Amino acid sequence: MHDFFVYISVILTIIIFIPLYRVVKGPTVFDRMLGAAAISSKTMVLICIIGVVYGRFDMFIDITLAYAILNFIAFIAVAKYINSLRNDGE
Amino acid sequence: MMVSSIPDIISVILISLGAFSLFVGGVGIVRLPDFYTRSHAITKSDTLGIMLVLAGLAVYEGMNVNSFKLVVAIIFVAIANPTGTHALARAGFKYGLRPWPWPWFRRKKKKKVQL
Repeated sequence: MHDFFVYISVILTIIIFIPLYRVVKGPTVFDRMLGAAAISSKTMVLICIIGVVYGRFDMFIDITLAYAILNFIAFIAVAKYINSLRNDGE
Repeated sequence: MMVSSIPDIISVILISLGAFSLFVGGVGIVRLPDFYTRSHAITKSDTLGIMLVLAGLAVYEGMNVNSFKLVVAIIFVAIANPTGTHALARAGFKYGLRPWPWPWFRRKKKKKVQL
């Protein structure tokens, strides 16, 4: 069972690199924000599985909860900031 | 690998399904043509994948305080992840991003959206 968690963490690390394409090559800033949100939400899962691999799951689950709340507040703040801008090309 | 008992088998199945769902979300964010379709693809599959992987870890842990914290994390992700993407898509719509040009979303003139 330990080997399975090591393999699944390697697979998740490969999956995390897929939305990085959209972060680098996004046409607008919203696509970049969407790719960053995808990367951060996959990182939350990876932290959880690394906690199982290390055997210190009671410590890593608190880190996961704090990371999830920090992601949510950061993206709400950026969305509110962009919402206050105006499109001058109208 | 030694997968012996019933909860281990259920945990392996749930975590594999969650990893597959996360991969499908990554394919969707690379291949689709528009911001709204990309957000549509990535948010639903990401939420489902995170919930499946964390549920698999909760089954692997058993009845425990850590399992309770995992259930709290699942509920928080199920509420917060679509809310954040909805706020981002609403900001994009109010900024003036046009959807992918179907005939009923015909563009009036060439409009440059840069930030």
